[in-house]
Amino acid sequence: MTRPTPETLAHTARRARATADPAGTVDPAAAARAAATPAVPAVRTAAPAQVSGAGSLVRSLEALGVDVVFGIPGGAILPAYDPLYDSTVRHILVRHEQGAGHAATGYAQATGKVGVCMATSGPGATNLVTPIADAYMDSVAMVAITGQVARPSIGTDAFQEADIQGITLPITKHNFLVQTAEEIPQVLAEAFHLASTGRPGPVLVDIPKDVLQAATTFSWPPTLDLPGYRPTLHPHGKQIREAARLMAAARRPVLYVGGGVLKAGATDGLRRLAELTGIPVVTTLMALGAFPDSHQQHLGMPGMHGTVAAVYGLQKADLIVALGARFDDRVTGKLDSFAPDAAVVHADIDPAEIGKNRHVDVPIVGDAKHVIDELIAAVTAERSAGRTADLGDWWTQLDDLRNRYPLGYDEPVDGTLSPQYVIKRLGEIVGPDAIFVAGVGQHQMWASQFISYEKPYTWLNSGGLGTMGYAVPAAMGAKVGKPDTVVWAVDGDGCFQMTNQELATCALEGIPVKIAVINNGNLGMVRQWQTLFYNERYSNTELGTHKHRIPDFVKLAEALGCVGLRCESAADVDKTIAAAMEINDAPVVIDFVVGKDAMVWPMVAAGTSNDEIMFARGVRPVFDEDDI
Amino acid sequence: MTMHTLSVLVENKPGVLARVSGLFSRRGFNIDSLAVGETENPDVSRITIVVNAESSPLEQVTKQLNKLVNVLKIVELDPQVSVARELLLVKVRADRSARSQVLETVNLFRARVVDVAPDTLTIEATGTPDKLDALLRDLESFGIKEMVQSGLVAIGRGSRSITAGPALRAA
Repeated sequence: MTRPTPETLAHTARRARATADPAGTVDPAAAARAAATPAVPAVRTAAPAQVSGAGSLVRSLEALGVDVVFGIPGGAILPAYDPLYDSTVRHILVRHEQGAGHAATGYAQATGKVGVCMATSGPGATNLVTPIADAYMDSVAMVAITGQVARPSIGTDAFQEADIQGITLPITKHNFLVQTAEEIPQVLAEAFHLASTGRPGPVLVDIPKDVLQAATTFSWPPTLDLPGYRPTLHPHGKQIREAARLMAAARRPVLYVGGGVLKAGATDGLRRLAELTGIPVVTTLMALGAFPDSHQQHLGMPGMHGTVAAVYGLQKADLIVALGARFDDRVTGKLDSFAPDAAVVHADIDPAEIGKNRHVDVPIVGDAKHVIDELIAAVTAERSAGRTADLGDWWTQLDDLRNRYPLGYDEPVDGTLSPQYVIKRLGEIVGPDAIFVAGVGQHQMWASQFISYEKPYTWLNSGGLGTMGYAVPAAMGAKVGKPDTVVWAVDGDGCFQMTNQELATCALEGIPVKIAVINNGNLGMVRQWQTLFYNERYSNTELGTHKHRIPDFVKLAEALGCVGLRCESAADVDKTIAAAMEINDAPVVIDFVVGKDAMVWPMVAAGTSNDEIMFARGVRPVFDEDDI
Repeated sequence: MTMHTLSVLVENKPGVLARVSGLFSRRGFNIDSLAVGETENPDVSRITIVVNAESSPLEQVTKQLNKLVNVLKIVELDPQVSVARELLLVKVRADRSARSQVLETVNLFRARVVDVAPDTLTIEATGTPDKLDALLRDLESFGIKEMVQSGLVAIGRGSRSITAGPALRAA
């Protein structure tokens, strides 16, 4: 995610010629400056020009190669919308700022570029808080630009004033309150640099209205001034060698792969490392697609709803090699009983993650791509020195578990449509080239389990924050970023009712996403916990989408300018999906009316040990302890 | 739990103190004392934070602090090889009968009287927290009407200095 692809550079260069730099000239000295660290993510220069602060903002976005901004105008940000009207930057007018934020995230996660959203002061800015927090938890490169009341009004409780810089302090990688129009290009360049390098994250730029209106001079590139920001990209050679030594000696090793591997663009290297060593791989919820699901060495997803083999693999490992993962509580279960016999190699670009939750034996700070490349070299050296371990027994145990406890589900006894079947068929029919975007809850877990992810960046979801309502706007952003890729949102009826208004945006802006609403009439995951832990007392989890058909999702879809389809039986699943696949000129919503009693298994109940994993209700896997 | 003194060099910009103090509170750390001021370089401020923590959580908060973009450098000052001082201003009840006894205590602790009123003396003292505690214990018997204390400031002994040069990010 940190490196511009040739396409983005070419795109930036094209834009440069198309806009402020008609001759298409690039000052080599400036290019060299830009290439030096900290790098300005732009490849061109612009001679000084007289503009307003707003003009400077829009010119900066153009210079940074931004092709799309999701947002809603309002009083304080209004000056920025005037030059935006003439800009090559596409602005997509969303229906709620939360939609703008998640769309920016979906765009960033699908493309590896920085996602940009824009809102006005006060309520516009506070509506961005949820997607900013979401992007922070999932380390998404996002820049949020907000209008602020004019400088003389700041601190007076002025109309639509909110201290968004203060509000977002704990949920941004960094944020800025711009003080003068002169600093706009520099702040924007710094914001993009911060958002997209090191551990990516959201950066907010708050700009007072009078700063947007002030006359200023725009020139490019600016000089970045971030003396306290020096992410460590290259790992320490000694640590790498120590890790390789452990990997060559371990009898029960596991590669624990997190989202950092996707962010670093390290998936090819990961596959080489895995195949070189023969070590089993688990990919977290944030890393699905980083290693092909169909690969023989893939044990699946670890954690609360992970596969028995992945959970057991980590739990019984003698060596865990964590790559861009953070030992989240959803993965470790009860921390003090997690993987008790494992030595831990923890590689992450963020030094604060290392040792945060789990004691680490070999800490490695670095970008996952560099770490993996260097591990491959070091492991190769170990192997040529004749040092390898026989993983045969380990694989025998793991294969036995995979065979005995595969992911599966029971057909509902009441004859209702099985949600797992719907999602499984969707994955099989749509295939591994599509992008799947999930909301949060049961449907998300089933989508993680029953769709096979073979390629990186084909699975987007809200992992850390668990933001219901993520799917529709994130799918919109992904489709904007990857217009030639089929984008499916797998959403729940609860999630869908939080953000479906963005389908109007999709319909009007020509963004033909497809939404599979897994409609079980309930807040399904909450209901599952009520079933398991609250004596089946279903307090406030029924949504009425079954009983009263309020709302009617087919009519709702049509009202929002989409095609609405409904499917209520297993026999219709394939043809309904096929019908949706035929439609490419409008968004499509399928209301899959499914049973409400299906549950997500396996499950490690919150706060319990991974040793307590349940394969199904009342079914504990049998581990043959003598094998270990 | 042990007291640790952190010297944090930060960019002298608006809002940096809020970033630092907010980080402590949201990660569940109590700041025992905090002092902030400009350094020899006007672009750099130095925050001295005293925090009560075990070493492993302290390492985590230090790493989190290092991630703040405006933080340039963090050094933990070892009390054995640093000088640490607090400033205390205390208003003590001291009518004619008690005044000479109060002054004796003031002299004993090498403190100073900075304001005199008919029935009170205001005393200024600097020193280590231990010394100031001892002074206060002595003054308590006269009656403390009001007191205010600064945060601790500390500096390493010897000729080596902490500057905002190439800082250690990946501690």
